[in-house]
Amino acid sequence: MSTIPEAYRVRGPSAVGGDARRFWNLARTLATMDWKVRFYGSALGYVWSLLRPLMLFGIVYFVFAEVLDAGRGIPHYGVILLLAMIMYFFFSEVTGTGVTAMVDRESLLRKVGFPRAVVPLAVALVAAMNLALNLVVLVIFVALTGVEPRWSWLLLPIPFALLLVFATGVSMLLSALYVRYRDVRPIWEVVLQALFYATPVLYPIEAVIDQSETLAKIALLNPLATLIQESRHLLTGAPSAESVLGSPTLLLAPLAVLVAVTWLGVKVFDRMAPLAAEEL
Amino acid sequence: MSSPPADDVAVSADGVSKSFRLPYEQVSTLKEQVLHPTRRRRHDVLRALQHVSFEVGRGEVFGIVGRNGSGKSTLMKCLAGIYRADAGEMWLRGRMAPFIELGVGFNPDLTAHDNVLINAVMLGLTPDEARSRYGSIMDFAELHEFAELKLKNYSSGMQVRLAFSVMVHVDADLLLIDEVLAVGDAAFQQKCYDALDRARNEGRTILLVTHDMEQVQRFCDRALLLDRGRLVAIGDSRSVGRQYTQLNFATPSQREAIVAARLRNAGDTGVVVIVDAWAQSKADGRTTLLKLGEASGVAMRVRFATPVEEPVFTFRLTDEHQRLVLAMSTDRRGYRTGSHAGGDEIDVAVGFLNHLAPGRYWITAQVAQAGATEVLALREDAYSFVVDGAGAGGGIVALPHHFEITPAPSMQQGHA
Repeated sequence: MSTIPEAYRVRGPSAVGGDARRFWNLARTLATMDWKVRFYGSALGYVWSLLRPLMLFGIVYFVFAEVLDAGRGIPHYGVILLLAMIMYFFFSEVTGTGVTAMVDRESLLRKVGFPRAVVPLAVALVAAMNLALNLVVLVIFVALTGVEPRWSWLLLPIPFALLLVFATGVSMLLSALYVRYRDVRPIWEVVLQALFYATPVLYPIEAVIDQSETLAKIALLNPLATLIQESRHLLTGAPSAESVLGSPTLLLAPLAVLVAVTWLGVKVFDRMAPLAAEEL
Repeated sequence: MSSPPADDVAVSADGVSKSFRLPYEQVSTLKEQVLHPTRRRRHDVLRALQHVSFEVGRGEVFGIVGRNGSGKSTLMKCLAGIYRADAGEMWLRGRMAPFIELGVGFNPDLTAHDNVLINAVMLGLTPDEARSRYGSIMDFAELHEFAELKLKNYSSGMQVRLAFSVMVHVDADLLLIDEVLAVGDAAFQQKCYDALDRARNEGRTILLVTHDMEQVQRFCDRALLLDRGRLVAIGDSRSVGRQYTQLNFATPSQREAIVAARLRNAGDTGVVVIVDAWAQSKADGRTTLLKLGEASGVAMRVRFATPVEEPVFTFRLTDEHQRLVLAMSTDRRGYRTGSHAGGDEIDVAVGFLNHLAPGRYWITAQVAQAGATEVLALREDAYSFVVDGAGAGGGIVALPHHFEITPAPSMQQGHA
């Protein structure tokens, strides 16, 4: 140790701060390990992460598309049902696991100083790996049901990227609040249930329009609903969110909600997460 | 002090304070907050650290001692970036690896292998570096055969071994170690000491929180003593260790008195500050080793913040059993000590022919107002020195003496 290392000021725990590479290394390592934990002790291991959604989607598809015939007259109802479920499950996984993420990592938070946002980010990364596998399943369904390829598929990464941002933002908000207020978890479980039915997942948006156009517009204020509807549109040519809302500028409304909630999440996390070690 | 410390300083803390709010009742439901938004949450404030300042040099092994709840761990957590200090400034030089609450944050559901990788990355290695060092980490911990066992099946001793091993393998310049060597078997403890010795020899800086005075005195160069969040003493690890022991066995009221006396001289706000104290000999100057029978002395450096007339300077020397061996005061002899202006810095030395018995001695330096009515500054057991000398017979002093062997008078008469 001949060279004298640089002196730096200790500023206490931060949400993001420090070196971007270290941040990424940490998030990546934590996510990989979480992923591994999930399949410990199962004979088929990773195969389950593909098999599980495949079977689950098979059941839902059978019940809703074949038995109930919920999507009568809707082209490719099965595929858009799966797409919506995949997106909703991703959101619910990121936020549902995210709520307790900081508390679950207590032993780490109390013993090592590292940028706290690594924790919710790792949760989002794990869910993203799951999402990628689920999309493989979706591709299989798309191929089997004969959806004709479209140029608009190239735009699909956009709603998915926005979904990732939104889910991470909400997860940061919840994980920071949960450290102090343990009621966040049951509340969020109920909210997630409500969101599942308030979002056109099981039913197509056309079913809502049939009831009331205003109701459909209100439903699309929910960014989750808009992102799902846009993805459906890009995948199979289902009605786009802007066509339901009546004007592309109105898309700014759900986008504003998305940005506001995400911003709030980052702000709250930035304020509360550095104190987590003291409150746990 | 809003600029980095000098190059040879590895850790510096300036006026670090940290309080915790302890609510009477843990209010953690939204309902409570919604129903009683205006009701202030009642809480006690625990002042875990109060204005603590110190510096640790590069390559130094520095002990932090104190009773339970004295703020040692809080100090470590502030330094490690786990808690945010309320006030004050801290600087570190080089990469730091913390070892707090017996571990580095393991996940019980993961195998040792995965935990090692996570923690090595947490402590600043890249994933590739972590993988390449995995082998030597497991070698050191001697846990290769349990590598694929989940951590929840590890004994606490095994976990500590693993955690310690990770910590010493991440190339940190600075090791913050909180109560580690208490767990683990004797053989592994020895291995830890060897590893820390190696780290010290490589020029790394080590901060060690411990209850074990022997550990401090054997291992640390210097130490500081905390009592209820206040820095009570800092200096030579043997002397701090002794003060800790003294504090530990005192009754609560005695303890308050001891702490109050120490704080008076530890604070820089006093009228007089004893900056330093030391032993010296005519032959070697300032030294920690005095030879028997040599012209020797002790000295203190004193700084006056405000003018003081005819202060009284006192030195007390105590031995290893805390017995007062020698007290020397300017008061007793009616010396004139002069008048000193604010900002003056003076050296006060007293010389004596060294007839102290071989052993270790502690210097207590004191400055009092004229007439010795009020103590202005006191540093108890501030520095120690050793008296070396072969051939002393024993006892607390080694006065010069000579033997005479002559026939008894009666015998002489008898001959005459």
